[in-house]
Amino acid sequence: MSETVLVIGATSGIARALCRVLAARGCRLVLAGRRREELEVFGRDCVLRGAPEVAVEPFEALDFDSHEAFVARCFERFPGGLDGVVACHGTLPDQAATERDAALARRTIDANLSSMVTVLHAVALRLEARGDGFIAALSSVAGDRGRASNATYGAAKAGLTAFLSGLRNRLAGKGVRVLTVIPGFVATAMTEGVLDPDSPLVATPERVAHDIDRALRRRRDVLYTPWFWRYVMLAIRLLPERVFKRLRI
Amino acid sequence: MTPEGSLPLRRDPRLPTRALSGWGRCLVETCSVARPTDVGRLAELVAGGRSDPDREPGPPDWIPRGLGRAYGDSSLNAGGGVLDLTRLDRLLAFDPETGVLECEAGVSLADVIATFLPRGFFLHTSPGTKHVTVGGAIAADVHGKNHHHDGSFRACVRSLRLLLADGSLVECSPAERGDLFDATVGGMGLTGVIVSARIRLRRQPTAYYRVRYRRTTNLDAALEAFAESDASYRYSVAWIDCLARGAHLGRSVLMLGRDAEVADLPPARRAEPLRVAPVWRPSVPVPLPGVALNPLTVRAFNAAFWARHRDGERTEDFDRYWYPLDRVGGWNRIYGARGFVQYQAWLPRASSRAGLVELLEAISASRRASFLAVLKACGPANASPLSYLDTGHTLALDLPYGDDVPALFDRLDAILLRHGGRLYLAKDALTSPERFAAMYPRLEAWRKVKEAVDPGRRFASSQARRLGLVEAR
Repeated sequence: MSETVLVIGATSGIARALCRVLAARGCRLVLAGRRREELEVFGRDCVLRGAPEVAVEPFEALDFDSHEAFVARCFERFPGGLDGVVACHGTLPDQAATERDAALARRTIDANLSSMVTVLHAVALRLEARGDGFIAALSSVAGDRGRASNATYGAAKAGLTAFLSGLRNRLAGKGVRVLTVIPGFVATAMTEGVLDPDSPLVATPERVAHDIDRALRRRRDVLYTPWFWRYVMLAIRLLPERVFKRLRI
Repeated sequence: MTPEGSLPLRRDPRLPTRALSGWGRCLVETCSVARPTDVGRLAELVAGGRSDPDREPGPPDWIPRGLGRAYGDSSLNAGGGVLDLTRLDRLLAFDPETGVLECEAGVSLADVIATFLPRGFFLHTSPGTKHVTVGGAIAADVHGKNHHHDGSFRACVRSLRLLLADGSLVECSPAERGDLFDATVGGMGLTGVIVSARIRLRRQPTAYYRVRYRRTTNLDAALEAFAESDASYRYSVAWIDCLARGAHLGRSVLMLGRDAEVADLPPARRAEPLRVAPVWRPSVPVPLPGVALNPLTVRAFNAAFWARHRDGERTEDFDRYWYPLDRVGGWNRIYGARGFVQYQAWLPRASSRAGLVELLEAISASRRASFLAVLKACGPANASPLSYLDTGHTLALDLPYGDDVPALFDRLDAILLRHGGRLYLAKDALTSPERFAAMYPRLEAWRKVKEAVDPGRRFASSQARRLGLVEAR
């Protein structure tokens, strides 16, 4: 099986681990992100790990007008277009900073949500026309219920989860699968200094990547990874607001 | 969900300090940990530059760390910084003609094996765990079961790229900046940060080894068996029963190996000789109570091990042969909350028999339970002044940490020094600067290089301060 997969935000921790899993099972990769040099180096790593071919495309999440052309270029990189897209870009700013800085708050929503909508719409049109393929995007447990410690980020991720659900609904029966990935705590550069990597609640990106790969192959709709977060978040969603608003979790 | 206090969230993201320990878990230090994802950020950290004005000023000095498999305090830096290099884990180039792999320092040996063994390449040599990084393997100049035949890890290092204290990157190899190369291999990360390396992998016909088990009833028989078989076997190691005394002192099971050819494999495996079926790996999730290992349980383990390994020959896959301990995840936790220490001693051939007898008698008399004691004959030294092995024998044994252990290690050190032996820095946790200096006669050559490349002491570890490799802050 030699699929061609576009990974957006490919230098992020989870994306890196996922690219390696995909490379090891022989996928062609288009790596997109901001740091071109780093992507070139990482692309060679993927080839050494088994990817038959790797291409690098610059991607700027906040430049919405560029997204249509970006997606068009990615589909043209290899003959046969793309079989799937995994969108992993995002940013996790300090919540308090987003409360004081309106521009930062807006950038947080734009990078985590608006850019996902514009870029995945462009992807969906093309895959829909092909009648085959998959879309996956990294949302977060933060989007399952708004909390004081990450309300801005959580709002964007809640929007993303709703968007992916809508996209899946739209593409059902058209041959295009949509996977919502909801990771819990993961030790990556994004959570450096925020999460304690030694905690048993914190997963490695490799573990998460392995789960995502399996969910893609099994054509799942929603993936909580590690698995126990599905039940943790179920419990949290079931708490009445009257109680929840007083908790500091 | 748990209340906020028990969530793994940090209050102040500007101060990522963590309590770190080595694999032995007996020494724990609070260090500032940085985990850069690229060389640029790494260089900024080392040079003390502050690209992010919100961050606190950096720590006074740094020590690089890989997967934290050194047992003592080699990769700890109390009150200073630790550079966790596990995200510098990219493969950079591979030449299937020569087998030379260029990779970043944070690539683990497990990763190298998983990627290249299916293509018929294996490591030149490996320590008893594959969960170490390439950078760590070079910095400790690790050795393995083939030391008597192939030397230590240094033998496969073509060149390495080193980030110096001033933030510059230099290439070094035996031919280019040879002194710096020599001091960096085995130099425990104190000359600079190994950023990437070119290492030569070896062609391997199969993922299997033919292993011959040979029991010997005492130490003399074991040493004789090594001398007899080391010319004809590429790999050799002996498990030695530290609780045996008197006429049975040093009774051992020798495990002699050679690379299995396709024809050596059972017919079912010949179609895919480089493939090993994955197996379930148990793991130790939490530290066991301190009493789990006591002379009774260890005696039972040792007796069972002895009974199970009758003389004979069989075929074993690389995981089983090289990495029996990796089969149990987090096995260091069986030693309980106080952790354990390893005493790994090398003795020169001329005095190794007498030295080993004294060491074994002292350990046996101490009644400290030790299982997993390992004996190996080793080949000649290399040009690195702090490289551990030379012609002779090395003995390694794990002991649960306890209040009486430092005194026992003092006695063992005295025996070692009397016989001209030395300790392995990757395992050491307790020795003194005077003893260390007496063990490593080429120390001054190393100091000269350190002084030249790092006059401001940007690289230091808890171990380096303890042993006087750098002065106290």
